Parts: sequence; C-alpha cells; structure tokens
Amino acid sequence: MITVKNLTKTYTNGEIVTPVLKGIDMDIKHGEFIAIMGKSGAGKSTLLYQISLLDKPTEGTINVNGIDILNLSETERTQFRLKRLGYIFQDYALVPELTAEENVAIPLLMQGIDSNKAKGKARHIIDSIDMVGKYTNRPNQLSGGQQQRISIARAIVQEPEILFADEPTANLDSASSEQVIELMRDLHKKGQTIVMVTHEPEYTKYCDRIIYLEDGKIVSHDYKIST
Amino acid sequence: MSFFKKQLDTLSKFWSVGYFLGLRQIVRGSIWINLLIISIMTLTFLSLVVIPGILVGLTEGSFEQNREYLTGDLYLTTLPDEETIVNSQDIVRVLDSLPEVENYSVRYKIGSTVEAGYINRDDFTEEAESLSVSAFVIDPEQEEATTGLSEFLIEGEMLSSDRSGEVLIGSTLLQKYSNFSDLFEPLVNVEVGRPVKITLQGEVEDDFQREQQLLDGNNDPGQTSEFIVAGIIDSKVGELSSSIFITEQDYRRIAQQRSLQAQEIVVKHNGRFTDEQFKDIALSYGFGRYAKVQTATEAIPKFLADVQQTFGFLGNIIGFVGIIVSSITVFIVIYINALTRRKFIGILKGIGISEGAIEFAYSIQSLFYAVFGIGLGLVILYGLLVPFFVQNPIDFPFSDGILVAELIPTLTRALILVVITMIAGFLPARIIVRQNTLDSILQR
Ligand SMILES: Nc1ncnc2c1ncn2[C@@H]1O[C@H](COP(=O)(O)OP(=O)(O)OP(=O)(O)O)[C@@H](O)[C@H]1O
Ligand SMILES: [Mg+2]
Repeated sequence: MITVKNLTKTYTNGEIVTPVLKGIDMDIKHGEFIAIMGKSGAGKSTLLYQISLLDKPTEGTINVNGIDILNLSETERTQFRLKRLGYIFQDYALVPELTAEENVAIPLLMQGIDSNKAKGKARHIIDSIDMVGKYTNRPNQLSGGQQQRISIARAIVQEPEILFADEPTANLDSASSEQVIELMRDLHKKGQTIVMVTHEPEYTKYCDRIIYLEDGKIVSHDYKIST
Repeated sequence: MSFFKKQLDTLSKFWSVGYFLGLRQIVRGSIWINLLIISIMTLTFLSLVVIPGILVGLTEGSFEQNREYLTGDLYLTTLPDEETIVNSQDIVRVLDSLPEVENYSVRYKIGSTVEAGYINRDDFTEEAESLSVSAFVIDPEQEEATTGLSEFLIEGEMLSSDRSGEVLIGSTLLQKYSNFSDLFEPLVNVEVGRPVKITLQGEVEDDFQREQQLLDGNNDPGQTSEFIVAGIIDSKVGELSSSIFITEQDYRRIAQQRSLQAQEIVVKHNGRFTDEQFKDIALSYGFGRYAKVQTATEAIPKFLADVQQTFGFLGNIIGFVGIIVSSITVFIVIYINALTRRKFIGILKGIGISEGAIEFAYSIQSLFYAVFGIGLGLVILYGLLVPFFVQNPIDFPFSDGILVAELIPTLTRALILVVITMIAGFLPARIIVRQNTLDSILQR
C-alpha cells in the first residue's frame, strides 16, 4: 500500500542544516495498523508528514497504491489528501466556528456532495462513534475526548484508504484515550489501514506492528500477533 | 467531462464550501468584531459620500437659492449692447398667454443713491451718509408670487401696490447687519418707519431740480425722493441683500414714464419640463431677439461655478483618500483575522479543502462586511443625515449648505467601495492561504 524507499528529510535554515530523516525504507500493507514509536525528536512526526503528503521529502520515493506521490502537482496532492487520506491531529484541530456535524461534513461538501446528504452521512458517522445527539455542539462545547472522536469522524467520513494519526491521545486522559484507541481498533477490524504515532506503549496493544525510530532511522520492526 | 464543465464544477464547489465556511465564520464569530468592522465600513462609506456631499451641497444650496429667489427657472436679461430688454411688453404678453408659465416677475434695475441720517445731523455742513446701490423696481405682488421675496424680511413688512413711497433695504447696506463694514461705509441711521432719500438715475424731468443738482456739484443726474423704509431684506443671495427695492408704481411716478422697458424678467415654469426644454419654448417665441435667455444653471454666477468645481475636486480627493483608508483598514482586519486562523486554514488545506474555497470564504466575509456596512451607511445617509441637513442647513456666507447625495453617484460610490473591500479582503486571505500547509498547521 505504501512503499517508502531511501527517504531523507533535511531542514535547512540558512547556515544550519538539520538532517531529520536519514534514509527510511519501509512498507505498509493494506489493512495494517501500524504504530510509530521513538524518543522525542526522533523524527516520527516528520516521517508521518512525508508519507501523508503534508510535506515533501528531500530525497527518496514514496509510492501510495501504485502512485508516485512526489510527482503530483499541488492541486493533485490536495485532491489526493481529500479523497484518499484521513488525518487525526494531536490537538483535534476542529474548526471552532463549525458544529460537530459541520466539521465532519466539510470534506464531503468539498467533494461536491449536496449539503443535506453530507450532513446525513456526518450524523450517521457521529452516531457510530457513540456521540448520538452531539451533532450541533460546537468544539468548545465538547470534552477533549469527544472532540478527538469528532476529529476521527471527520477523518473517516470520506472512507480514506489510509488513516494517519499523530499522537491522537497525547492531550487526553486515560479513559478518553482508551475510547479513542478502541475506536481505532474498530476501524482496523473493518479493514482500515492506520498509521499512528504514539509515545505510550500501552496504546499499541491493538497494532499489528510497531516501527521504532531513533535519530531519523528505523531501528526495528516489532511484529505483534494481530488481535 | 469537458474542460469548461470541469472548471465550472470546481468553481461551484469553491463557492459552496466558501459560502459554507465564510457565513459561519461571520455568524458564529465574535459579534463585537463584526460590529467593529461593520461600523468602520459604515463610517468609511459616510465619509465617502457625506463630506463631498456637503462640499457640493454648499454650492448647490446657493444655486437653489439663486434659482428660487434671483433668476427663476428662466432668466431674461438685457442683451450685451442694450440697456433694457427691448420689447419687454411683448414678452410679457407672450408669458401671460403661455400655459407652461407658472409665474413671472418683471424687474427694472437702476442705479441709485441712498442717503440716510440727514435729518438728525447736528451739523448740516457735515455730509449725510450715502451709498450708491442698485435698485430693483418690482411689482410687489408679482415678485412675491414668483420668488417669495418677503421670506427674507428680517424687519418690517413687504412692499404693496396699495401703498406708495416705501422702500425695502438690503441688510448688507446697513451697519447693524453688515459684516463687510471694512469694505465700505454702511448706513447707520436707517430704521423701519423712518425716511431715507433715494436718487434714482435716469432722465430728470424737472428742470429746476436738475439745475439745483448741478449747483450742488452733483453730476449724477437723477430724481431724488424721500421714501419710508418698509422693511429690511436679508438673504444669502448676495444681490438681494445688497440692493434696495421699490414699487413699479413709485418709479413710474417719479420717472414720469408710462411705458418702461425692463432689465430682467424672472420666469418660473410649471415644473413639467426641464429648464432646457422651457428655454427652447421661450426661444421659439423669439425672446432671444430681445433678451439674453438663460436657464437657472446658465445664469449661475461664475464665481459660484468656480467654487463648485473646486469643491467637487476637493470632494473627490477626500473620497479617494477615504477609499484608500478603508481598503487598508479592511486589508488589515482580514489579514489579522486570517492570521489568527492560520492554523485552521492549514488544517482545512491539510484535509484536502482547496485554497480557492478558503479564499472564497474570506471574500464572502468581506462582501458581507461591505454590504452590511454600506447598507447601514445608506440608511443613516437617507434616513438621518439628508433630512437633518434639510432641516438644519449649514450656515455658509453665500448659501444654506445642504447635503447633496444623489442616488446614482451614491450607489456608484457604494459599488466601488464594495469591490475595493472585496479585493482588500481577498488579498490578505490569499497571502495567508497560499502559505505552506504544514507550516500553517504547526504555526511555524
Ligand atoms: N522546520 C524545522 N527546521 C529544523 N528542524 C526541524 C524542523 N522541524 C522539525 N525539526 C527537527 O526535526 C527533529 C524531529 O522532529 P519531529 O517533530 O519529527 O520529532 P518527533 O519524533 O515527532 O518528536 P515528538 O515526540 O516530540 O513529537 C527534531 O529534532 C526537530 O527539532
Ligand atoms: Mg511529533
């Protein structure tokens, strides 16, 4: 599904050159739930941004479902993100002026789906993540855990091929974190490919594989028995 | 799908998502920010129309007064090398027969000298106060019906054909009311009900009087009579308050002439024509052969026309500055708004929302601000300010200034402001939307 070859990312700020990713090779298969772990500053987020088309690497190739994504134009990359990828951010990143259902519906609207239909689908997804009735709450009227679940709903509403999550539980208490992880496990069970960066070993319990990153390099792949 | 259909499709998505986002950003944004921006727009719009409108109104008010009280809609005056309107009787006869004519007033304008304070002089060798002024000879009833001269009486009463030997005196000639005392020596001893001596230039019939005048060293031939001051006229139309008015009957009596040729005929039409059309009618009757025929606009004194041009120019400059200031304001406001929302703009782009749609959202916001701000401005303008200035005109030396805000130019300015506001809102949004997506998300 995702094939990464010899990926490097180097930041250059004037005189200062910071190599962050130093030659990454990896393969992510369809339906896999992958955790990326490592110390702070190891380059986990940076790696995620490269393979999720939010950033462009310095060198190397990334192939997603047979498409060399580095050859895409800016508009094509936007379209690609809209239609094929889903994102969950550490700080939920919901648009404050939009209600829960509107936040979830917006990727559908962007695809030209009519607004009633988009809202209906959004509500359906919100129901499925156990948040019945919170459709018209604004983000500031939801708890952190609820916001993160809405953000998951937004990420999956257009049925992405791959779901990316950068420390989705970092801002949450353990009960909410548990709910979020359970939700991701449910998605995984239905065949969703997920790539998640996390610090907490206990939240990797449902993952198929853990990729350990150290100083910009993959140091080990830890295969687990799928649950 | 054809290329154009695809473009159209993209555009319609931009529109619907942009509208969706933009509308909610306003409606669910801070009401105080909204009010602030709308009031800035309102003030800008008002400064764009009110200041130029008042500048124009100062002269416009004076034009209106000139039309109303001095020239009428059509102003017949003497031809350049004539002293009178030849055949004024014929013209009057035609005017009487024309259904288009509402009213007219025939005026004779002659040079005169007014003397006052000659009775209570202690020392008769001292010279009496005297001023050379022009005298309007009018039919009081006709003049009143045409121009309503009596509106300007600040003391006393209007002339009447039933009484004789009365005069109205313009306020600038009197020290009591004059602001121009340094320019000439105004009359001091003039009071309503008291006499003044008036010498009307023209042919003197009485030989004895003529000789007496020559003996007095007075080379200005004329008839001198005593008049009682009936009233005092004070008007922003300078010509009225610097003249005197006597009745036609008195003039005929003094000049001992039965047929007189007028110097001015002021005509008002029934309002069913433009002045130009009315002028054409007058010319078709051959008025042009005997008199200089001018519409009210053509008869505007040159200095006023110049003042208006200058004011119009100033008004445009102020309007231009206003537009610049407001577009900078909108630019800054939208820039700050977009900047504080940079993270969400990044997120939206990150999850695949097109830049175009987000830019659209900001354009819609600035459109909203422009439309509401200007709408409020229009309400204030036509609901409050224009009526206010009609009720309380600005006291200006040569006019009562009103606020001129004609609909078409006002709406044009409004439209220009809308377009400029949209550009001023679009540009900063574009600057921020086009920034690197990840940099925006990570706020770096
Ligand atoms: N724009 C940048 N310019 C220079 N260096 C950068 C830039 N962005 C990231 N880095 C550096 O890259 C390294 C990896 O950053 P990254 O955010 O990927 O770490 P991480 O593994 O996600 O850490 P954490 O667990 O704290 O989130 C860090 O040392 C960071 O300082
Ligand atoms: Mg990170």
